[in-house]
Amino acid sequence: MSAALVPDGPPSGSLSLRRSLLPLVPWVAAALVLLVAPHVLTSGIARTMMSLMGIMVVFALSYNMLLGQTGMLSFGHAVYYGLGAFFTVHAMNAVIRNGLPVPVALMPLVGGAAGLLFGIVFGSVSTRRGGTAFAMISLGLAELVSSSANILRSFFGGEEGITTNRTKLLRVFDLSFGPQLQVYYLIAAWCLISAAAIYAISRTPLGRMCNAVRENPERVQFVGYDPQLVRYAAFCLSAFFAGLAGALAAINFEIVNSSYVGLGQSGIVLLAAFIGGTGFFVGPIIGAIVVTYLQTMLSDVTPVWQLYFGHGPLLRARTIGRLLPAYGMAAVAAAAAAAGAIALIEMAVVALRPNEGSLTTLAGITLDLATAGPWLGGGALALAGAAALRWTAPRVRHAWERASGEARRTGRVA
Amino acid sequence: MLELVLVSTLNGVLYGMLLFLMASGLTLIFSMLGVLNFAHAGFYMLGAFFGFQISRFAGFWVGLVAAPVLVGGLGALVERYGLRNVHRHGHVPELLFTFGLAYVVEEVVQIVWGKLPVDYRVPGLLDGPAFTIFATNYPAYKVFMLCAALAIFAALLVALTRTRVGLVIQAALTHPEMVAMLGHNVQRVFMLVFGLGCGLAAMAGVIAGPSLVTQSNMAGLLGPILFVVVVVGGLGSLPGAFIASLLIGLIQTFAVAIDLSLGDAMGRLGVETVPSAGVLRDIWTVTVAQVAPVLPYLLLVLVLIVRPTGLLGTRDT
Repeated sequence: MSAALVPDGPPSGSLSLRRSLLPLVPWVAAALVLLVAPHVLTSGIARTMMSLMGIMVVFALSYNMLLGQTGMLSFGHAVYYGLGAFFTVHAMNAVIRNGLPVPVALMPLVGGAAGLLFGIVFGSVSTRRGGTAFAMISLGLAELVSSSANILRSFFGGEEGITTNRTKLLRVFDLSFGPQLQVYYLIAAWCLISAAAIYAISRTPLGRMCNAVRENPERVQFVGYDPQLVRYAAFCLSAFFAGLAGALAAINFEIVNSSYVGLGQSGIVLLAAFIGGTGFFVGPIIGAIVVTYLQTMLSDVTPVWQLYFGHGPLLRARTIGRLLPAYGMAAVAAAAAAAGAIALIEMAVVALRPNEGSLTTLAGITLDLATAGPWLGGGALALAGAAALRWTAPRVRHAWERASGEARRTGRVA
Repeated sequence: MLELVLVSTLNGVLYGMLLFLMASGLTLIFSMLGVLNFAHAGFYMLGAFFGFQISRFAGFWVGLVAAPVLVGGLGALVERYGLRNVHRHGHVPELLFTFGLAYVVEEVVQIVWGKLPVDYRVPGLLDGPAFTIFATNYPAYKVFMLCAALAIFAALLVALTRTRVGLVIQAALTHPEMVAMLGHNVQRVFMLVFGLGCGLAAMAGVIAGPSLVTQSNMAGLLGPILFVVVVVGGLGSLPGAFIASLLIGLIQTFAVAIDLSLGDAMGRLGVETVPSAGVLRDIWTVTVAQVAPVLPYLLLVLVLIVRPTGLLGTRDT
């Protein structure tokens, strides 16, 4: 986009230098953040979580190559993530067994290659058509692989999975990759490389054709390109990075089991990309960070985290975040409704679980569920919030229609 | 051997008919709205749990009628206040909406009924064997399931082809604008069909609930197979869904009954070498019964390679 804006004439030296360096600023900033982060948040859980976030970022970005860039909704992206992880674990074990001089730091390439290989194989079947057909074929393939995982035990390791030991590989610069900090830096480095590569791919002619296929495959065909081929290429590249993310996960956990290729994993990456926003490059990155945080933290707070999580697409499917003023008004109402509903749900969960007594603590307040008070309070809060939300809804809709109409006119939304 | 074939055929047809009860609604909804309802199996599960809950207060038979009606109403509400709003933003958000809905249904069911199977009993009237083939007692409830599924299938067929409402629905499938021009409320027809589809799925849930296990993961187990049925049969094709349902029902039931591995088969042909280890050995020793869960997906991939539109499908999405 910026390249087209540069005038043709020879610009003065310092200006062109500034222009060519400008796009690098976010990347340098990202690298600095990645470098400094583990020294700011030094606790073990923070470092582990940041490692998980790095893995998820690569995975979500690779997913967005399909959903955001090419408009392909896949329900089986975890297949390439999981197979990448399995091949990495087997490769690491083989390297250890044979004493080959291969460092851990290069192992993600094995995962990437495995992802690419299976992307080439499965993509040849699934990318023939886009839209709903592709979504369903990807779901079928995902089920095929995840149900095969329970049969081919020697490769997938059955229930207990396959383990490895990352410290037994060749040591370069005396890095053992035993401490979490070293693993974090390994993941951070690969995360940065992958993100840069995925961004670069989106700027190539292929990346542009992907966008064109997303917008209007028929016109792409008229221009003389084959949309199927473009989809196939995007799919293979995306599978490569998914495999790479899987390899990073394998190195991080040192254990891989059949849940890696499962539908749950595919669902999570979909949510991550979608919650963050598929229209922007940074969207999936933010989504991956949020989702990983929620996954680790929310599951401690509430056993039904997936319920709140599942609402993500419901909300996101209707809204685009350009409506802050109207949303501000609705936010208070929505927060009240949500707080009431969450209170009710949490109380219901406790109440329906036998042998745990009727006392519970919510937001620091101890409640006795045997009395009607908390239930009425929660219900009233939810109803009042919902009523207020109903009152603000037309305003929000009005603002939304204005915003989306504007976006459509300027060609930013299909 | 004959006994095995007979019983497996009966079971296979029964399973296939149950699949068709759900697949018919799913494929109808797909032809109308152009969107695949990922939460369809969720409505099946809701049907089973509603049926269970109602049966505790009012007995099985009330549940058989009331649960599908309730779930159908719920489905109509989802279409009216959920899908229709999302529809404006295109297909992918619609798919995601139903995907999210599937999550929500499963979690809500887990919250209300817990993760363990509930005690959904076969009604006393049907608790016992109907007849005996060779040495196998065939349960009366399974006969009832088969009859109920067949009756619903026949009713659906008559309603779609012989009644006025059915004709309007059929017309709205292919020419929604024209139907609207003729003065029919197409939006309401869509809502009706969505509710009807969900009700059919719920009916399948109520019927299957006591026989299979009524548990919060039943939607997750059945959902993917349902998509296989719809895709293999051809998206939007009702006869295709029928054939595919029976095909998959029979394949799975027969596969479960065959306790034979590739190694055994090769052994009979005189090949005695067994691969020493690795994936090959797994493939060599795994029995057909163990492969049964994979077979529908294998069929799906094969059909997609050979005939991408599905068995009887004509339209490309």
